[in-house]
Amino acid sequence: MTTITVADIPLVQYALRLADNALVLGHRLSEWCGHAPMLEEDIALANIALDLIGQARMLYTYAGEVEGAGRDEDQLAYLRDAPQYRNVLLVEQPNGDFAVTIVRQFLYSAFMLPFWRRMKESKDETLAAIAAKAEKEVAYHLRHSAEWVVRLGDGTDESHRRAQEALDDLWIYTGELFETDDVERALIEAGIAVDPASLREEWSRTVDEVLNEATLTRPADGWMQTGGRSGRHSEHLGYILADLQFLQRAYPGATW
Amino acid sequence: MYTQALNTKETLRPVAPEDMEREARFQARIDAEEKIEPNDWMPEGYRRTLARQISQHAHSEIVGMLPEGNWITRAPTLRRKAALLAKVQDEGGHGLYLYAAAETLGISREEYVEQLLSGRAKYSSIFNYPTLTWADIGAIGWLVDGAAIMNQIPLCRCSYGPYARAMIRICKEESFHQRQGYEIMLTLCRGTPEQKAMAQDALNRWWWPSLMMFGPSDKDSQHSDQSMRWKIKRFSNDELRQKFVDATVPQGLYLGLTFPDPDLKFNEATGHWEFGEIDWSEFKNVIAGNGPCNKQRMKQRRKAHEEGAWVREAALAYAQKRKARREQRAQAA
Repeated sequence: MTTITVADIPLVQYALRLADNALVLGHRLSEWCGHAPMLEEDIALANIALDLIGQARMLYTYAGEVEGAGRDEDQLAYLRDAPQYRNVLLVEQPNGDFAVTIVRQFLYSAFMLPFWRRMKESKDETLAAIAAKAEKEVAYHLRHSAEWVVRLGDGTDESHRRAQEALDDLWIYTGELFETDDVERALIEAGIAVDPASLREEWSRTVDEVLNEATLTRPADGWMQTGGRSGRHSEHLGYILADLQFLQRAYPGATW
Repeated sequence: MYTQALNTKETLRPVAPEDMEREARFQARIDAEEKIEPNDWMPEGYRRTLARQISQHAHSEIVGMLPEGNWITRAPTLRRKAALLAKVQDEGGHGLYLYAAAETLGISREEYVEQLLSGRAKYSSIFNYPTLTWADIGAIGWLVDGAAIMNQIPLCRCSYGPYARAMIRICKEESFHQRQGYEIMLTLCRGTPEQKAMAQDALNRWWWPSLMMFGPSDKDSQHSDQSMRWKIKRFSNDELRQKFVDATVPQGLYLGLTFPDPDLKFNEATGHWEFGEIDWSEFKNVIAGNGPCNKQRMKQRRKAHEEGAWVREAALAYAQKRKARREQRAQAA
């Protein structure tokens, strides 16, 4: 089977965006397994990765159902090429050192917790049900990553420097979290999607509180990177997919 | 998994007369199937044997995360990806509570980890083999976890309480892993000819190393007598190996695979599968550090440990700062 293109149905595209975010970040976190700074973090990062991959699976399955072309979660995850992936750039950024991984997780989870909380009110019953499960998981992801941001920021000089550097480097990808486009606007008006702009204040408050406790400096909002939602990614996504999709590409049509 | 530690000879020091009486009482408790607990008196040899055995078991779980972790990012479906990640995570969990059990013997986890990273402590030889294809993930679950279970089920009745209790939970998870591995093999064997060839190739490479997991043959390993008396070990290496072969061969034949052993045949009279001679020179070399992946596994472990040092230092520094601030506040109040 070759690369597929998914139908331009807003709800399908919306579910794919959410699924791609979860899968790509889950994939990134899974790269840590066996290599973390301590055994407890091997286990914790794998846990978060498993939650995210679980969310991705539900969302892909739902996208496939709505599309109605008979595609399952694996076809959607394994047979789209990078330009068809719809995740935000933040989640595909490399793990870097532990500070980069933790700050990336924190910035994302601080957004996703209010996101899923709001999504529970969606008129789309499936998305609301997925949100109810995801909210509980993300509450833990946020707590875990925020605690580490504080430990690193207020730990040693070295950990402070690394955490600040991670924050400064990743900040440019946070603007994209709050973008909306025509696909989303129609769904927001229909009470199905969450308007990300409405989450900015809460996200900003969470970030300020944690950074303050961590003695880290919030970077100024300057120019923001964007493109993931329209399939323009950083160079990193191609390598993620090369790994992720290897077996499906090398042995087309096989059952695993 | 991984009781190869029991094949190392324990040098026993001369026993003082007052200790002989205590040892007799200790042995009587063991003979009565009582559990020994951390605060109970125990002979130094018993403590050392267990510390070595449990920590090597823990090290094996941790190093064992690497060969399987090698396929997490390349798992062929999302279900397989989640299952493999959860499995490797389980192994990290096993390592964690085995280190905790080993710590009850008076040595800290940091010291045990230092023993591993400095090369003084060993881990199971099996993890020095590479995972070259996806079928290796199936073969490891089926064979390596299968062999581990054979070793570990008797350890649930080990005389040392903390180890025995840890093993009960570990065995439950390992048995799940074993079924999962076999199911991967089954799927491959029912798949395309290429997939079946992949499964056969994995069996060819993992079969003999799996048999080696049980350690040297009984005739070359008298060291386990004391472990048997202490009820740390309950069956001999050859007994366990035979049990594994008897259980595993029919499973492989059901898959339609061939075992890489021309001498393998069923003995109607004994009801056992007879198998050929293990290549002990390979075994000894892998144990001695010359296996295909010994160096890279240890390098990866050391790298993770060294690159994580600043994180552990930060966590410690933060905890101390917090404590100091709490005390300051208490004084001010």
